[in-house]
Amino acid sequence: MTSITENAMPVGRRAIRDEMIAFGIMTAVLMALPFTGVYPFFVMQGLCFALLACAFNLLIGYGGLLSFGHAMFLGTAGYVTGHALKVWGLPPELGIIAGTAAAAALGVLTGLIAIRRQGIYFAMITLALAQLMYFVYLQAPFTHGEDGIQGIPQGHLFGFINLSNPTTLYFVVLAGFLFGFLIIYRAINSPFGEVLKAIRENEPRAISLGYRTDHYKLLAFVLSATLAGFAGSLKVFVAQNASLTDVHWTMSGEIVLMTLVGGLGTVFGPVVGAFVIIAMQQYLAGFGQWVTVIQGAIFVICVLTFRRGVVGEIAHYFKRSL
Amino acid sequence: MRAKLMAGLLSTVAALTLAGAAMADDKVVKIGALSDQSSLYADVGGPGSTLAAQMAAEDSGLIAKGWKIEVISGDHQNKPDIGSNIARQWLDIDKVDVIVDVPNSGVALAVNNIVKEKNAVYLNSGAASSDLTNAQCSPNTVHWTYDTYMLAHGTGGALVKAGGDTWYFLTADYAFGAALERDTTAVINASGGRVVGGVKHPLNTSDFSSFLLQAQASKAKIIGLANAGGDTTNSIKQASEFGIVAGGQKLAALLLFISDVHALGLNVAQGLNFTETFYWDTNDQTRAFAKRFSERMKNKQMPTMVHAGVYAALVHYFKTLDQMGGNSRDGAKIVEKMKSMPTDDPLFGKGEIQPNGRAIHPAYLFEVKKPSESKGPWDYYKLVATIPADQAFTPLADSKCALLKK
Repeated sequence: MTSITENAMPVGRRAIRDEMIAFGIMTAVLMALPFTGVYPFFVMQGLCFALLACAFNLLIGYGGLLSFGHAMFLGTAGYVTGHALKVWGLPPELGIIAGTAAAAALGVLTGLIAIRRQGIYFAMITLALAQLMYFVYLQAPFTHGEDGIQGIPQGHLFGFINLSNPTTLYFVVLAGFLFGFLIIYRAINSPFGEVLKAIRENEPRAISLGYRTDHYKLLAFVLSATLAGFAGSLKVFVAQNASLTDVHWTMSGEIVLMTLVGGLGTVFGPVVGAFVIIAMQQYLAGFGQWVTVIQGAIFVICVLTFRRGVVGEIAHYFKRSL
Repeated sequence: MRAKLMAGLLSTVAALTLAGAAMADDKVVKIGALSDQSSLYADVGGPGSTLAAQMAAEDSGLIAKGWKIEVISGDHQNKPDIGSNIARQWLDIDKVDVIVDVPNSGVALAVNNIVKEKNAVYLNSGAASSDLTNAQCSPNTVHWTYDTYMLAHGTGGALVKAGGDTWYFLTADYAFGAALERDTTAVINASGGRVVGGVKHPLNTSDFSSFLLQAQASKAKIIGLANAGGDTTNSIKQASEFGIVAGGQKLAALLLFISDVHALGLNVAQGLNFTETFYWDTNDQTRAFAKRFSERMKNKQMPTMVHAGVYAALVHYFKTLDQMGGNSRDGAKIVEKMKSMPTDDPLFGKGEIQPNGRAIHPAYLFEVKKPSESKGPWDYYKLVATIPADQAFTPLADSKCALLKK
């Protein structure tokens, strides 16, 4: 856990200025991307995973809680949104709310159980609960088992924004991503975030200072689950399907991988990590199942040689907060 | 940064020009063979389907007429989301005109939606679900080779007639398994049999023991295997280890391919009844195709009916393009023209494509030979009965396809 401490820079005026500049650059690049001929579908998928990794990073990077079951929030929201749009015929905005709310509710339930333990036990409990949900979704009739929910209609957001236009959809997903990202950024830099970091560094001391640490941990867990669910709901509009892949434990592993490659406990690390992993899956798809082996090798290299992750190493080199 | 921007701009301009050029009828065709390249259906479709597509392109005679035909392949890993991502990218970026093969009904139905949305052509040969030409039919889809209705009627009907009137199902838990169980149950009930129970197993299972013991305990006369590929061979092998057949119950493999029989060996597979639409040793033309095919396969495998279906569907597609004089890239229009022409190819013989997209041709009920009857490698099947084309597939009157209501 030392790497987290190394990444944590004192929050000062300079740090906030650096982060704001980086945020500006990121937003500008993402706004310009669809006009460069890059496949928008790929970028949209990357954005959904980036938000997911950021939500995960909120928990591990700032709360020190390693959740190995974040796929269940992604998948739950995906299934609920997909079902709401396709079977109940709800408009997109209500579908997103339904999916995100389902993930939040699941986050409360699993959070209440999981935060009672720490370290490896916390990770194992989240993994166990995620596996439990996986088998529920494998058997539940509304998910259609191995087929998943297919051909989900994209519809019109607020009744007038046509989501089946790729460019329109891109900017809606981008807006969703930036919204989620700013919520996380605000949470990290709030008094709440400070307490969270205090708990991460030394929980007994935080308790002795009078903080009810369980409340803070639960709140962080639910916030993370909700935003992961929001990412899952957005992903439904991009992929137009919701399938078992999104609730499988390998997805939870990929989230960890994205965050580690990008930089644990950095603001922008998970975004970079998500795009690196998605790009690998995209461009190495020809190797079929070897992609997992390549990912594993990259994970090992990353942990052995640059432990702070891509963004973490850059930030460390320039002594900046990113 | 500036160089990058320029490169981006240039590529956009280039893409726009290309898209403009593609609007006019030209003589370029790109075929995408989307299949399971590495897992349980890789021998049924997989690299063999890519080869079959290449052979169809070479045999079509279009290349001599100045056409440019390219075949690419992709691995959907039996996951609907991966399959639809590949299909979407092929149609969006790689300018693929036709997607062929696509085993695994879950993936097939996902791809069906995308091809319809992008108005391309979908020649499915690998998937079994009869929904492709029934409830979920599309103006861009032609379904060749087989489907669950045909399998259920061929095998289910024949076995009930022979006295197998109580059934227990072992079903693969996805679209195909469910459709096959549904269609077979209908046939069993209609012919006076009864289904006493069933159990669903996950796709790509290696241990069938608990499922087989439940089937054994059901005391049903027939254990229907509503699964495919590696799942079917595994369940047959393990059933023989549990002595299920020796105990008096009979196995009905509802979908069995010649590659599965090859993997099982005649000792385990002998006596199995099942329905297929293509067997390499049927006539001179099929033997000639099979010989050329197996010579070019890495593992010297004989073509399965899925490979044959990829070939035959593409032969008909190329014939249609030739008649139209160019590739209009209007998928629905090309498929409509394909439906208006009778089909005639060396592997399936004469047939037609019905308005719902179903290609019809005769089907055959086979029995696996005893080891003593087999004269050499790949000599596996005995023909039991031929089901004429008009009886093998869903009657149009029973089809719920929306295209028929015009």
